[in-house]
Amino acid sequence: MREVVSGTETVLDQPLVIAGKAFRSRLFVGTGKYRSNDEMVSAIEASGAECVTVAVRRVDLDRRKEAGILHHLDPARYFLLANTAGCYSADEAVRYARLGREAGFSDFVKLEVIGDQETLLPDVTGLLAAARQLVTEGFTVLAYTNDDLITALRLEQAGCAAVMPLASPIGSGLGLLNPYSIRTIKRRLTVPVIVDAGVGTASDACLVMEQGVDGILMNTAIAEAADAVAMATAMRRATEAGRLAFLAGRMPRRETAVPSTPDRGLLA
Amino acid sequence: MKAVTLTLNGEPRQLTGAATLAELLGELGLDPRAVVVELNRHIVRRTELAETPVRDGDTVEVVHFVGGG
Repeated sequence: MREVVSGTETVLDQPLVIAGKAFRSRLFVGTGKYRSNDEMVSAIEASGAECVTVAVRRVDLDRRKEAGILHHLDPARYFLLANTAGCYSADEAVRYARLGREAGFSDFVKLEVIGDQETLLPDVTGLLAAARQLVTEGFTVLAYTNDDLITALRLEQAGCAAVMPLASPIGSGLGLLNPYSIRTIKRRLTVPVIVDAGVGTASDACLVMEQGVDGILMNTAIAEAADAVAMATAMRRATEAGRLAFLAGRMPRRETAVPSTPDRGLLA
Repeated sequence: MKAVTLTLNGEPRQLTGAATLAELLGELGLDPRAVVVELNRHIVRRTELAETPVRDGDTVEVVHFVGGG
């Protein structure tokens, strides 16, 4: 399963496979909120991500210089995952998903149905309805959801190819608020679990991956960092470190100390 | 010839000469491979743009991929 090469970052992991599509990097990144397209491209490159999310929006007919993101990201190099961000009903999300499939290069969709403007928390009723509809239309659905086991199970039953529970609200940078819920979802689901949203810095990403989940998706933590390229690099390493720590299997937690140095041979 | 007025990306727009969606994109200077067109809430495939007429009162949305999370 694993191959050890000399040097650092050398223990090779299995690829993450979603609906038959393999990804070597377990870090997925968004493309929003960057200060410039150049910075976005450099940061995505530094992140090592193969799967990047994009959104569907109206073409600005007055300002043609606002060219689409395909002018900056090569779809032959990156797997573009269209989202349904900004949708507040199942019908809207289905409409955006269809447009994304037509604009894009695959039937993958990152499904979001938002229920509240302040928290951007998911509307799980709308989410389940949209997921069922899109699965019947042949979409490969990756569903953004709460850290709620029951919804995650229902999304899996609905035919979602991956379930994406949040670490904390979108763009909040609050990190992993409920490691127990995330571990439980991972333990109970068969499809890949990718934690989406809420990480703020590298230790958050590491802690998420240490829970044993299959991947992590982030946008703001990189895009809003003072140096996005440096943070993207940190996130790549943290994702790998957390994944390897999970695979390595951590030592038990103990309430008392156990000496690392032998007691035998102490001077009388 | 009767003037054709569309609702294009939410704004009223008078067509000058375009009779089909492909001609509309041409008038807007848009590459059909880089956008997706919805006519009255139905997606029109790229291959069908040239044979799909635009009529007075139609609602047209032209979308593309932008940055997002």
